[in-house]
Amino acid sequence: MSTDAIAIPNVQIEPRPWIQVLHDWVTTVDHKRIGILYVLYALFFLVIGGIEAIFIRIQLMYPHNDFVSPQVFNRLFTLHGTTMIFFVAMPILFGFANYLVPIMIGARDMAFPRLNAFSFWLSAFGGLLLYFSLLGGNGLYGAGNAPDVAWWAYAPLTARAFSPGHSSDYWTLSVLVSGFGSIGTAINIIATILSMRCPGMKLTRMPLMAWLSLVMGGMVLITITPLSAAQIMLLIDRYLGGHFFDTQAGGSAYLWMHFFWIFGHPEVYILIIPSFAFMSEIVPVFSRKPIFGYPVMVGATICIAFVSMSVWAHHMFTVGMNSYANSFFAITSMCVGIPTGIKIFNWIGTMWGGKIQFKVAMLFCIGFLFQFLIAGLTGIMLAAAPFDWQLSLSYFVVAHFHYVIVGGILFALFGAFYYWYPKVTGRMLSETLGKWHFWLFVIGFHACFDTMHFPGLLGMPRRIYTYEPGRGWDTMNLIVSIGAFIQGIAVLIFVWNLIRSYWKGKVAGNDPWDAWTLEWSTSSPPPAYNFATIPVVASRRPLWDLKHPEDPDSRYE
Amino acid sequence: MRRLKNSIIRTALLLVAFLFCLEVTAAAASPSTGLENIFKPESTPAKAISDFSIFVLIITGIIFVVVFTLLVYSISKFRTNPEDANREPAQVYGSTQIEMAWTIIPILIVVVLVLATARTIHAVQDAEMPPTAVEITAIGHQFWWEYRYPKLGIVTANELHIPVSDPEHPTPTFLKLLSADTDHSFWIPQLAGKTDLIPNHPNSMWMDPHRTGIFLGQCAQYCGTQHAKMLLRVSVDSHEDFATWVHAQHQPAVQDAKVAEGRRVFETTACVNCHAVNGTIANGRFGPDLTHLMSRDTIASGAAENTPEKLHLWIQNPDAIKPGSLMPAMKLSDTDLDSLVSYMETLR
Repeated sequence: MSTDAIAIPNVQIEPRPWIQVLHDWVTTVDHKRIGILYVLYALFFLVIGGIEAIFIRIQLMYPHNDFVSPQVFNRLFTLHGTTMIFFVAMPILFGFANYLVPIMIGARDMAFPRLNAFSFWLSAFGGLLLYFSLLGGNGLYGAGNAPDVAWWAYAPLTARAFSPGHSSDYWTLSVLVSGFGSIGTAINIIATILSMRCPGMKLTRMPLMAWLSLVMGGMVLITITPLSAAQIMLLIDRYLGGHFFDTQAGGSAYLWMHFFWIFGHPEVYILIIPSFAFMSEIVPVFSRKPIFGYPVMVGATICIAFVSMSVWAHHMFTVGMNSYANSFFAITSMCVGIPTGIKIFNWIGTMWGGKIQFKVAMLFCIGFLFQFLIAGLTGIMLAAAPFDWQLSLSYFVVAHFHYVIVGGILFALFGAFYYWYPKVTGRMLSETLGKWHFWLFVIGFHACFDTMHFPGLLGMPRRIYTYEPGRGWDTMNLIVSIGAFIQGIAVLIFVWNLIRSYWKGKVAGNDPWDAWTLEWSTSSPPPAYNFATIPVVASRRPLWDLKHPEDPDSRYE
Repeated sequence: MRRLKNSIIRTALLLVAFLFCLEVTAAAASPSTGLENIFKPESTPAKAISDFSIFVLIITGIIFVVVFTLLVYSISKFRTNPEDANREPAQVYGSTQIEMAWTIIPILIVVVLVLATARTIHAVQDAEMPPTAVEITAIGHQFWWEYRYPKLGIVTANELHIPVSDPEHPTPTFLKLLSADTDHSFWIPQLAGKTDLIPNHPNSMWMDPHRTGIFLGQCAQYCGTQHAKMLLRVSVDSHEDFATWVHAQHQPAVQDAKVAEGRRVFETTACVNCHAVNGTIANGRFGPDLTHLMSRDTIASGAAENTPEKLHLWIQNPDAIKPGSLMPAMKLSDTDLDSLVSYMETLR
């Protein structure tokens, strides 16, 4: 196989006017550029969603604080939740998949480049629709200017009677539009992986990143569909006089919960599976060993995907299902713990006997392992329905899912940034700034989210804009807020690192980590066509085979 | 230098783990009274949940210690040794036996947890209602609670009175949960787990408090602007006190000639559209029943103490206490307001 990218012809290229550069980016169908657009777009919204989180935490620092009004607070947490899930987590993971999957399977682009661009712009405009509500949501005197229905948008809060004006319309439209974008990208990822692999890249030889993206794509197809259906039903309710969720006219609030959570729970796995993928690429490289139990890792992922489709109602243990339904969903939810546990053990197995290099990317992955362990265990507590009757809807749940999303997904994402930034930009991220970022974030994270579990045990419900003093929540909330600020500083360091290293970073070269998957065989950044000649692979670690011709992987597989 | 760095990392990780365990233990065994700790149950369902929860905590705690130790061991033991950084370690691809082991052990743990879960669900959720039970219908409103005692013929708001239940002669309280508008959730951590109040979807729950006292909680399901100040206050009374309270609630509203002017203000303004006072023309149902307003310690669903000053403020400018509540500012003249509050003060 060829590992050389064609050198860029040594012609002096005239600097092009910025309008043409902009035009190139807007009209691009190159999977790498679309991937970068996805990631930048998500980073922008990460900062917005982060500022909303900081506002929320300032408000909750003290009991009876009046930093923001209850109306504003309710809009803040609605925007924070919706933004972080739909306009940060989803696009950033799609961005990584978009950029990496074609290169990792030795392809020159996605299967449908124009669909790819279309999907990105749908998602992008979805996010703008949500924030346009700040300008256009009023509609009526006294109606709010941004949705205040929480990111679940439980009926009947979204019904006309309780949500006058247009704020809920913007919410539902933005989720609907970006959902269509997600479906497009999912179809694209699946088609690419199934039909664009280079010679020799059998399904059993794909990097785990490709496998897990395939599973993620399948889950998006299955779960975004009911969500989109529910949004359309809600629009029918609001505009065509339907009564699906309009309880004042006999509709069912309960129905919306099922629709939402049959999307909402698998969604967590849609987000965490790409994070597992990052882990499964980064941990082996920095442990200098192949992933432990590749077939089991693939099997466990597929198992998680299937089981996670049948656990949604564990979000509904308090809504009054009968004891059989509660028991069923408790059983299925706990079963997810088994394949997830296998994954954690296999990552430990990968590190075991290896030579671990504590690069920043690996530090974040190790952070992931510890935090995901705790998040999984609090997940078991929540899956145990009777325990959940106390924990559900309290700050314990808020702490739990932030542990998953921040302590798990975001840590893996940070790891992925440090790991693949050299490939995307040709420059290394600063390790010193990275260590500051890591340690500050770890300290802030634990101050914030470890502490956040306990007000929940003391009866503090979520989504309250203020609370009474003397219930034991005061000090804890102050610590949580301080932790949030520390994380905010850490993220600023990270953003600074991204910007500074782009110009000042050490030049990376093709393969700075001595890694084994195909993306490291091409130049950094890769040329538009990725590979001068399409590579041919004989094992799961083509570059290992190349670097160790005396002991290639292909001999054992 | 590297060794030092690693030991710092290790110490930091251990510290985090230690703090976490400490916090869990502290919360679970917190002796502080007065806090609505879910591990300080005062009724049978809350006790069942708490015992089960501690069982789950122990199992997850053991898993945590085992996996945490493995993790710390592997990252401290298998770090790169700078002397032979150039040689790759042995390439191990997997091991069927080991993977079988860490599949089967979690399956066994899940089986144990599932059995315990199903048992507790059944014990709490499928409990029979004894004939001695007190039946109450709780209706969630934006942003207050209405309580009806159908067998006793009582309608009241925000402060729930229930009798203490002696395990020998249980008098548990069974609640039927309805909603007048959006979703709400009834949660008194020390008495029971939470159950939602959902429009068009009647739910039920029960509790049998083992001691008298005031128990706090609040609406747990986001229900709109003032979700935060939809507080719950349950007064668990001795049987005698409960009987006294029931008797008092059965009395018609006090008719005091000294406050006739206040009553006139009440009956001739918009108050009567939403509020009810027995024996007057006021029979509104959108707001709390005021027949025995003075029997309650708080107003505005726990947002303020029930004092004349707060009543003044609440009637004139509810947003000062609970911005976004559905109570409108009444814009009364000072004299009207004073006489209205004096009238309210007589509604014992």
